[in-house]
Amino acid sequence: MVKNKDIIVLGIESTAHTFGCGIVNSRGEILADVRGEYKPVKGGIHPREASQYFSTVAPSVITKALKEAGLSIKDIDAIAVALGPGLGPCLRTGATIARALASYFNKPLVPVNHAVAHIEVGKLLTGAKDPLVIYVSGGNTIITAYAKGRYRVFGETLDIALGNCLDTFAREAGIAPPYIVKGYHIIDHYAMKGKRILDLPYVVKGQDVSFSGLLTAALRLLKQGYALEDVCLSFRENVYNMVVEVAERGLAHTGKKEILLVGGVAASPILRSKVEIMAAYHNAKVYLTPPKYSLDNGVMIAWTGLLAYAHGVTIAIEESYVKQRWRLDEVDIPWMKD
Amino acid sequence: MDEGLKLIKRGAEAYLYLIDFHGFKAILKKRIPKDYRHPEFDIKLRQRRTINEARMLYYSKKAGVPVPTVLDVDVDETYLIIEYIDGIVLRDLIDKGVSEDVVRNVFTHVGELIGKLHSNSIVHGDLTTSNMILYNNTLFFIDFGLSEKSNELEDQGVDLHLMLRSLESTHPEIAYRAFNYVLKGYAKVMGREHTLRVRDKVKEIRMRGRYVEERRRKT
Repeated sequence: MVKNKDIIVLGIESTAHTFGCGIVNSRGEILADVRGEYKPVKGGIHPREASQYFSTVAPSVITKALKEAGLSIKDIDAIAVALGPGLGPCLRTGATIARALASYFNKPLVPVNHAVAHIEVGKLLTGAKDPLVIYVSGGNTIITAYAKGRYRVFGETLDIALGNCLDTFAREAGIAPPYIVKGYHIIDHYAMKGKRILDLPYVVKGQDVSFSGLLTAALRLLKQGYALEDVCLSFRENVYNMVVEVAERGLAHTGKKEILLVGGVAASPILRSKVEIMAAYHNAKVYLTPPKYSLDNGVMIAWTGLLAYAHGVTIAIEESYVKQRWRLDEVDIPWMKD
Repeated sequence: MDEGLKLIKRGAEAYLYLIDFHGFKAILKKRIPKDYRHPEFDIKLRQRRTINEARMLYYSKKAGVPVPTVLDVDVDETYLIIEYIDGIVLRDLIDKGVSEDVVRNVFTHVGELIGKLHSNSIVHGDLTTSNMILYNNTLFFIDFGLSEKSNELEDQGVDLHLMLRSLESTHPEIAYRAFNYVLKGYAKVMGREHTLRVRDKVKEIRMRGRYVEERRRKT
């Protein structure tokens, strides 16, 4: 065997709506990225139906990934899998497939936290080294940064997530789906025509935010007959400003000089421009994860699995149970240094 | 207010200047505009917080919690002038390394002060070791911009949850020990029964969203 041979890791993502298989090497090259996305006919994700869809597409997704990389399973050094956080049935399907691969082909199994993976793939693709991370998606709103061995949580939502708050408002207001039009959230399109700021609850508690009261209050204004455009403007200002404020507090607190935006809502041009203005105050540089990799994918699991594997992290198959609510700050990060 | 201003801290939402206020050393805390906010939104928020902070500092002082005295308020210009506390920020003290005795004494006292606030229907809203200053053996609480009047269990729980979370993120080595001392001090003021209820509330708040790992273990 050649010395200094690249490590190659195959990663499996199945925490929510996407069954993804990615293959990366230790130079950070993406060798394969194949995804099967479960699209519900109506409504939100049905976990059982998603997991059934996953078990149907998994063999072809994995085969296609190996083919795309021009590799055989023999060339793979380790199998990484997202064990959480996520939806139980979905996680279990991915975990079962990963365990089977690891066991049958005698490969080490590497546990990966989905949230950590979002951050690590963002760092890989943007070049950010030690950022304050704003992780905003349909299911997550977390401000985090590395300190003393782990990603520490410096702020988060006390109730619903930012993406969930935006989408629920739009749906209840009767202006969605579709939620995203020409790159902007539908709420932003209406907000552009808004003329005045209406009073709505702006709930920042320490470094945490709370959206549920704001959502209810904004919908109430609509019922009371206030102009949709004004409500959208006021609502949007509250939602984004709250997140930017807690991010700014986190930045001041940690003294980091980089900000990394990750997650599905990170692509919002309005949020991004607010973050950029804020960052300029602190001479911090803003990095945006490419939208394609802000969505769930197997590459981020493979890459994080590779970092972990290179630092000796593996898990025995009999211990590799899924953790639906696996916290970001429960995971040791041996590849970062203080 | 431009003469003789010495900027001593650029916080996330306000700049702090050291000034001479009729012979007293004082802090001018100016809430600065944020370009990322809609202008109308920005001024409303800064004015609301300025009034609120002055008011809550006054209530807290009346409740017997050491806080800087409010000397002047200008709502239009969104600044307040408060007494200067020339002590050491608790976060820095702990980062220097302190003995178990100091951890016990300081955090028990922190708990007592939180209890005093809560027993007077005040929640601080931003309890971190950066917002506590030790001066002449007296512990001062500062930064009341997010404080409110409330005696709801939920708000008291969130207050202590914020304390715990800031300990976890800033002082992970001592976080759980320190928080237990906080609860002990808190119980001295609020009584054991109420403290247990607030502690359960903190647990519940932590179990929302991402915190359910603990719930899974419990069931």
